[in-house]
Amino acid sequence: MMSNDELQAFIQEHCADPVFETGKQYLNAIVAPEHLMRVAEALRHDPRTSFDYMFCLSGVDFSTHFMVVYHLESTTLNHCVVLKCKVSDRVNPDVPSVSSIWRTAEFHEREVYDLFGVRFVDHPDLRRILLDDDWVGHPMRKDYVDEANIVQLG
Amino acid sequence: MQDFSLLTRAIHDNLSSHLSPTLTQVTEMVIVAVCFLTFFALTGMIMVYVERKVCALFQQRLGPMRVGPWGLAQSFADFIKLLFKEPLMTRQADSFIFNLAPFIIIISSFMAIAVIPFAKGLQALDFDIGIFYVTAVSSIGVVSILLAGWSSSNKYSLIGAIRSGAQVLSYEISIGLSLLTIVMLSGTLQFSTIIQSQANGWWIFKGHLPVIFAFIIYVIAGTAETNRGPFDIAEAESELTAGFHTEYSGIKFSFFFLAEYINMFIISAIAATVFLGGWMPFHMGSWDAFNGIMDFIPPLAWFVLKVGGIMFLMMWFRWTFPRLRIDQLLTLEWKYLMPLSILNVVFTAFIVVSGWHF
Amino acid sequence: MKQTLYNWDEMMQSETTETVEAIEPSQSVETPEPLEPIEHSDPILKTQDYFINMGPQHPSTHGVLRLVLTLDGEIIKNVEPHIGYIHRSIEKMCESDSYRQIVHLTDRMDYLSCHINNEAVCLAVENALELEIPDRVVVIRTIIDELTRLASHQLWWGVMGMDLGAITSFLYGFRDREMITDIFEETCGARLTMNYNVPGGLMFDIHPNFQRKVKEFVQYFKKKLPEYDDLLSGNVIFLERTKGIGVLTKEDVISYGVSGPTARASGFACDVRKRHPYNAYDRVQFKEIVMTEGDTYARYRVRILEMWESLSIIEQLIDNIPEGEYCAKTKAVIKLPVGEFYQRVETARGDLGVYIVSDGKKSPYRMKFRSPGFSNLSALNHCAKGCKIADLVAIMSTFDLVLPDIDR
Repeated sequence: MMSNDELQAFIQEHCADPVFETGKQYLNAIVAPEHLMRVAEALRHDPRTSFDYMFCLSGVDFSTHFMVVYHLESTTLNHCVVLKCKVSDRVNPDVPSVSSIWRTAEFHEREVYDLFGVRFVDHPDLRRILLDDDWVGHPMRKDYVDEANIVQLG
Repeated sequence: MQDFSLLTRAIHDNLSSHLSPTLTQVTEMVIVAVCFLTFFALTGMIMVYVERKVCALFQQRLGPMRVGPWGLAQSFADFIKLLFKEPLMTRQADSFIFNLAPFIIIISSFMAIAVIPFAKGLQALDFDIGIFYVTAVSSIGVVSILLAGWSSSNKYSLIGAIRSGAQVLSYEISIGLSLLTIVMLSGTLQFSTIIQSQANGWWIFKGHLPVIFAFIIYVIAGTAETNRGPFDIAEAESELTAGFHTEYSGIKFSFFFLAEYINMFIISAIAATVFLGGWMPFHMGSWDAFNGIMDFIPPLAWFVLKVGGIMFLMMWFRWTFPRLRIDQLLTLEWKYLMPLSILNVVFTAFIVVSGWHF
Repeated sequence: MKQTLYNWDEMMQSETTETVEAIEPSQSVETPEPLEPIEHSDPILKTQDYFINMGPQHPSTHGVLRLVLTLDGEIIKNVEPHIGYIHRSIEKMCESDSYRQIVHLTDRMDYLSCHINNEAVCLAVENALELEIPDRVVVIRTIIDELTRLASHQLWWGVMGMDLGAITSFLYGFRDREMITDIFEETCGARLTMNYNVPGGLMFDIHPNFQRKVKEFVQYFKKKLPEYDDLLSGNVIFLERTKGIGVLTKEDVISYGVSGPTARASGFACDVRKRHPYNAYDRVQFKEIVMTEGDTYARYRVRILEMWESLSIIEQLIDNIPEGEYCAKTKAVIKLPVGEFYQRVETARGDLGVYIVSDGKKSPYRMKFRSPGFSNLSALNHCAKGCKIADLVAIMSTFDLVLPDIDR
């Protein structure tokens, strides 16, 4: 079981300029999309960390950028870490897909694509999952406007 | 003992004294046909009600209670509702075969009922190849199922029909072989003679072990023949919606529905006739007083009791067991029941030759 | 919806047709490869795969789930689930609701474990505010969670029997479940969407009859649970239908993010009550049921044994409910501090996660519900490959999917 400092050092080995957020429940590490695969693979396969269980993959829309949040846990070493990928490009948000590392990402990344519009490169089957296939727009974005279906109160 | 042949002979004499022989024949056929139609419809309705009540009994609830006292008019209400339903047909369905299929299954059930001995003298046709005829005629039903599934032009129906066809064809063998044991023991294929041969005791008691095995195999195979109970994969509600009769509605659906219950009746009736003595009362050796009391109950009542008992057993199976998958079903027949039936036939032959039966 | 997936006329007329047209996504994303029926070069027969739709309304799928099966005769080659029929955009609604209102939305997600769903949000809020929850609340919440888990497993057992053909089991499961829903109706006021947890504690105190009725129920159900084994678990037909069917290995289970009894049957000890204890779970003795075979029968046995464990937990706690307040004091309008909070609870289906991104206002900036069914469903295709249609029904009923939980 690695402490948060050791995890921080480990991630810094595999990535250039990660940003760490302290004082949270788990260690949060923000990486750029270019470095995501390297860090993710290292976290998964290195025997010191062995994060084999991804228990949540979410998207968050901060108005200037997207954040794809990966919550990871190790079933053998019992530590957790949160990996985040900051995507600043709102017109063509591209993030490498981690579905080759954790297969649970196949469905979760489809959901993030559906609701936020973040494209996951190398995803085996990227299409909408919760909404209709001919839906226009990505509803969970903060700038999504839908006069017919969303009622603005107050 | 009541003898219905007195009644039938009286009707025959009455008619032939008024009409020409051909016309007498035709009138008798019409009377028999009307009686059977009524019997068919009534039995169907009663069995639907009984099934629902028995099902409720097993599931710790009451069943139909609102329509009439104790829900007795429920079957009439269901029948009227089915009459009023719109007879639908999908555009791609083959209309001639689609409409033909329900009739074929009714015809096959009718032909099989014709030879069942309800009481002494109350049997429409008494062929000397009775058992052979019944086995042949009940195989026509499978044609109807295949036609229904094919003509619906629906993948679910097709899957259901093919499953059902395979199932019915396979279990015919076990049925035939189990009936063969009784044929060997009684030496005849004719139903009335088989019943006469049980005057001193039912075959299930007289022919001990091989007949008991044959009875068990017959009940299992019979349940499978009628697509009931643990063998109802063809109409498995939780998988294929309704199998081969998914696309049928209204009266045509009610034909399939009724035919299933009538087939159940036929299987039970044959089992009762061949293994359990038909309309023969339950006699115990030479206990004359006991036999006298048993004789007091009319033979028709004995027949109904026996058939009812076997049908209750089949209903019990349905509401208790999960259903078998199609390949497990066919494995059961081809790898277990058929070899057992063949061995049973050999065993019976041995018993008959050495005379080790009562 | 303009999508034309299956064109029956074309399929019936030509042999080599593309039976699925490409699905048009809304933005400029490259279209995925259309599914083509694969032609097999068998020397004797030229065959073609065909697609069958186990459509959204179906007696057996537990909710509005559409499965597109690619079949080769009876063997399944691919299962593609289509979900979203009951997507109600709960996460979007949460962004404009206060925390107290959000709790009432969570009932409708996994309606069979509604107390546990409510509790997930309440615990997240309470941990974020670092509130001191009275002991009475903690114990009552644990008891009610276990009753909810029992009710969910009873319904699951009934539906499992019904899917396989033993329709009577449905009635028996519901008969026993009635006792639990009656207890809930008396204490919480409702039978299905109970809304009993609030941030800080419970909405009102338990009914005076609660303890007595729960004790009666536990005694009654202890006699009935062996009957469940008699009816299904020992039945030869049932064993034939479930043993060795739909095996999931431990690596698959971890990689697909499967949790709950589905994962525990494959050897992955993932019970949140043991790994990250909350409520009173660290105070009671109970076993985590883990099996290694990973087939349908193992998933079935795990849930039956979990019912026994739930009964044991309730028995340990029901006599020792401490006195005290039933709710801690909270402000009328709850505002979480700026930051991110993640809370995990164990529902009857698995690991439910609540992820809150808060910017200090009275509604969360982002609220994400990590539903256990969503990840469980992603493993269905892998699990069902090579099985027959009848096996798929058995596998799905042991996955215990509740679609509103998956679709949110």
